[in-house]
Amino acid sequence: MALLSERAEPDGGPGLRAHAVGRTVGRGQARRRNVRTMPSTVYEEEPEPPAGDDADSVEALLVRVADGDKDAFTGVYEALARPVMGLACRILRDPAQAEEVTQEVMVEVWRTACRYRPERGSAKGWVFTLAHRRAVDRVRHAQAAAQRERRAGAVLAGREHDEVAEAVEDDDERRRAQECMARLARMYRVPLALAYYQGLTYVEVAAALSAPAGTVKSRMRTGLRLLRDCLEAR
Amino acid sequence: MTAEEDPHQPVGAYVLHALPPNEEAAFERHLDGCPACRREAAELAEAAARLALTPARAAVVPADLLDRVLDEISRTPQEHVLTGLSPGRRKRHLMSWALAASLAAAATFGGIAAWQSVQANDARNQASGLQNALQSGNKALAGVLTAPDATLHTTKLADGASAAVIVSRAADRAAFVAADLPALSSDKVYELWYAAPSGGLRPAGLLPGSGGRSARVLDRPLGQTVAVGITVEPVGGSRQPTTEPLGIIPVGS
Repeated sequence: MALLSERAEPDGGPGLRAHAVGRTVGRGQARRRNVRTMPSTVYEEEPEPPAGDDADSVEALLVRVADGDKDAFTGVYEALARPVMGLACRILRDPAQAEEVTQEVMVEVWRTACRYRPERGSAKGWVFTLAHRRAVDRVRHAQAAAQRERRAGAVLAGREHDEVAEAVEDDDERRRAQECMARLARMYRVPLALAYYQGLTYVEVAAALSAPAGTVKSRMRTGLRLLRDCLEAR
Repeated sequence: MTAEEDPHQPVGAYVLHALPPNEEAAFERHLDGCPACRREAAELAEAAARLALTPARAAVVPADLLDRVLDEISRTPQEHVLTGLSPGRRKRHLMSWALAASLAAAATFGGIAAWQSVQANDARNQASGLQNALQSGNKALAGVLTAPDATLHTTKLADGASAAVIVSRAADRAAFVAADLPALSSDKVYELWYAAPSGGLRPAGLLPGSGGRSARVLDRPLGQTVAVGITVEPVGGSRQPTTEPLGIIPVGS
């Protein structure tokens, strides 16, 4: 994609986190599990590590959860509770609330597992979507728009640094997500990040960036399309 | 905000949960009638979900959280499990819907068919009357009503109104017609639902709360739908029913 080629975008300024992510990725490479040797199409329905056969995939477990299988549910929990908690923590900045959200999400997974359709997407995608919705609803409830926009402003101005990956990235999928996000041109990356991690609506993002709302809305769409292309490209 | 020159444009903000509530509701209605948008939304949502992986910040999940979750789920009925019927609580609506849908699925193989065909003449008259009354523009509705494989399924609603669903499995579409719907207060509308064999419900479109006669093609393809239901919902509609159904119309399977 032509639009993605701005990889070397000189983003030294008050950029969100591209440079930081880049460093982390570099560090992580030495230890990454080298399991991705298959063609790129395998990435679409990625099994959760430890990458097992189909019966062990989170997708297969989640399908069993719909039939009331509590062992399968525990498997889903063990695979996904940590990233769900990480996401909720990132959005809410409050471990106690993030824990509540994680609990709510996991109970919702149990309750509504029958709605998951493996043919329509990964189990992880489905669960993270539930988690994001809940975390965002909660942060909007807990923090007034002005407060969230101030926080966004602080992130943009570099006063509040967005968390940098601490752990060495030995998870291939995670590393790829970070790389693809870092490679997005800033004009796309920033609106995605402010909406996804700060829980801002596109209108609020537009206010934080002093950009027209319609432009922000359309960049969110293009940005996600580019992100998807990148995730699938390798 | 700029004018909505492209109705698909909000799809990115939508999957990021970044549309204000009113725009989100409007876009979901748009999605209902736009299979290409649903596909795009699913694709972009999958990409957006990967953003959850980029905060590599080590989240500490309390060791006892799993036990608490397991304890809670042991008291939480699953949506499609009918044994959860009596202690339904929050999920009471869904549970009774699930039951209704499975009854509907069972009934269509048996005795109800004869009853339906008796009702069918009335309803077909009613439907054709409605069709004639429509201005010529509504080709989609006419298309369903006149589809070669159209089947008619009728019922009386809880409030005395009569309703019919016309189904074309070949076209994968359904239409809903009703007469004598009571007028609702200005903050309410009627909402239609597709019930899946599992009891899962999908919004199938809204009818104005002004009542009287209504006819429309239901949003979204019919899919595996075994019944169509109608509830009263707040203006803008709901994602899942929030009131008991006024009626559930089995449509075969």
